[in-house]
Amino acid sequence: MCGVAGFFGNGVAPAEAGGLLNRMATSLSHRGPDDSGVHIDGMAGLAHRRLSLVGLSDGQQPMSDPSANLVISYNGEIFNYVELRNELIAKGRRFRTQSDTEVILHLYDEKGLDCLNKLNGDFAFALWDARQRRMVLARDRMGVRPLFHTRRGETLFFASEIKALLTVPGIEARLDPFALDQIFTLWTPLAPRTAFEGISELPPGHLMIVEDGRFEQRAWWRQTYPDAGDVRPRPDAVEELRALLNDATRIRLRADVPVGSYLSGGLDSSFVSALAARMRPEQLRTFSLGFDSDEHDESRWQSMMASELGVHHTAVRCTAGDIAALFPSVVAHVERPILRTAPAPLAKLSALVHDSGIKAVLTGEGADELFAGYDIFREAKLRRFCGRQPQSKFRTLLFQRLYPYLPGLQRQTPEYLARFFGAGDEQIDDPLYSHRPRFRSTSSAKLFFSPDLKQQLGNYDATAELVSMLPADFYRWHPLHQAQYLETVFLLPGYILSAQGDRVMMANSVEGRFPFLDPRVIDFAASLSPNMKLNGLREKHILKQAAKGLVPDAIVGRPKQPYRAPDSQTFAATQPRYLGGVLSDGAIGKGGLFNAAAVEKLKNKVLKQETASFRDDTAFIGIVSTQLWLDTFSTRAE
Amino acid sequence: MMGHTGTETMIDDIRTPIRAFIVENFLFGDESQPLPDDMSLIDNDLVDSTGILELVGFIEKEFGLKVEDREIVPANLDSLARIVAYIDGKRAH
Repeated sequence: MCGVAGFFGNGVAPAEAGGLLNRMATSLSHRGPDDSGVHIDGMAGLAHRRLSLVGLSDGQQPMSDPSANLVISYNGEIFNYVELRNELIAKGRRFRTQSDTEVILHLYDEKGLDCLNKLNGDFAFALWDARQRRMVLARDRMGVRPLFHTRRGETLFFASEIKALLTVPGIEARLDPFALDQIFTLWTPLAPRTAFEGISELPPGHLMIVEDGRFEQRAWWRQTYPDAGDVRPRPDAVEELRALLNDATRIRLRADVPVGSYLSGGLDSSFVSALAARMRPEQLRTFSLGFDSDEHDESRWQSMMASELGVHHTAVRCTAGDIAALFPSVVAHVERPILRTAPAPLAKLSALVHDSGIKAVLTGEGADELFAGYDIFREAKLRRFCGRQPQSKFRTLLFQRLYPYLPGLQRQTPEYLARFFGAGDEQIDDPLYSHRPRFRSTSSAKLFFSPDLKQQLGNYDATAELVSMLPADFYRWHPLHQAQYLETVFLLPGYILSAQGDRVMMANSVEGRFPFLDPRVIDFAASLSPNMKLNGLREKHILKQAAKGLVPDAIVGRPKQPYRAPDSQTFAATQPRYLGGVLSDGAIGKGGLFNAAAVEKLKNKVLKQETASFRDDTAFIGIVSTQLWLDTFSTRAE
Repeated sequence: MMGHTGTETMIDDIRTPIRAFIVENFLFGDESQPLPDDMSLIDNDLVDSTGILELVGFIEKEFGLKVEDREIVPANLDSLARIVAYIDGKRAH
């Protein structure tokens, strides 16, 4: 895990190149505290910050091949590098190091851009091909590792995080109003858009080639599903899945340093930890997060799993004071407004891992997207079910069963439940059917947008833009697969793997590894029939079957509890001093994004309540984080 | 200037504080948002499940009524006009 930065073009004077690359790299030092390096070849410059995990003594970067024609600055891990290296050696290739980095160089030399399809791993890299005078940027399938870019004139600048691009003279931080609208609707900007106007993200599974003054960006991989009704019998699916996850975990334990594991108390991380614990010759170290409120705390389940596995377990409790104190630095790391505080406790957890001397951890991320674990999948199925009999009170009461952890819903009558979930009164052929209620309720936070911002946005509709990005075959997929696509392609990289993943882990120099996001598991999960994933209203059906014997029945059978953290009640309980500053009339007026009088009323409302509504929570955290974003980034450009 | 009838005055006694509560609590004082009497609070995303409970709490406190669980239905509470009619009906009993 590391930080990557660089440039390509005539826009950097030779005398300034070294200083610029060093500045860019220094801004990423949290991603790679162990080593740094730069490589300059005329109009191409590469910089690197290193967190050493594989090939500790000989994996320095940027790394070049013996001819110095190929140079790479790379962030991530290629987990099948051992097998790829052996294949290449068998073909007569000679290696100078033990690192996975050198494997990419040889593979590119051998296969060109097709090398990407051979890589089983999480990566973002810049590769300078001096023979063809071309710069290649590439990013892994699911977008685990970040990569951003921008242009000044015809010169391309790129980096693992946007803060490195902001060290380039002339590149300024301005909030993109359309990205803000997307976040306040969809929870994430739609790649390539970022919160920063003029700065783009290389979308997951994409590559960019810059050659002869031409910029070409294209997908090298994309998520797909079989056509609805095209279901093959899979009698051995459970065993197949268990074998795949076993191998995906095995190769993710490859490192020259110990790899730990997160334990959330749920099925996914328990499964991964159980597989890892059986493979480690030494005792596996596991880490977990606890909360003061029963509503959010899962300590009981974490302890159960840790004692079942006999691992060396360490837990940390996250208080409201911790979340409030961490929140500004979290916004600086995630580099975008967020609608929940949930990333903050994960920053505390990665600090615990770092302080324990562990540099990489396995997590269960990806299982909910791939195997239909999220409530939204069940909710959409139930809405369709209710829509067929809109008058049935029994059917609508089932919504309460979906959300046992939301007390507000438990008191509702069937009539209100039907209305909240829009059961029966929506277009079932809407491509966003599954997510429409969520998008609508999130959008209500836009009530606070200032008249100026509303005017700038005009009739802009983030959901229409999302629809315009759907592939043609989307319309042939089963509704569950359509819903999974929306979660997997947009929310997973745009929020889960970034704001709750890479950015808050790398804030403390910790690398996340995700066995469920092994490409073999992704392909397998996509090929399964919908009812093997969501069976009736039983989520992750096949995964639960595969976990039997490895994970205690009590954990396999417990109702799913999504990871959440206290939101505005955090601020009500602690009233951090910075809140008065970023929400002051002056700061709101200067930012120009929100209606100051309405924000004041919202602040007064949520800060005196024990619990706030979903709608008020979303608006309040969204506004606080946007104001912190302005405070952190846009003042720097002044 | 026309005077109010007794019934209209009574309805206004209900309508005015309810409208003020909705504007203050769900629109955060933004008077520029249209709020016709028959506008659905759910369809226009003014309330979610917690918002309904906030509204019920306000009605009980402001008007000294007990809103029964079975009465928490959109037919009674999903627009300004329905809320006024519901409270007026409760009072009549």
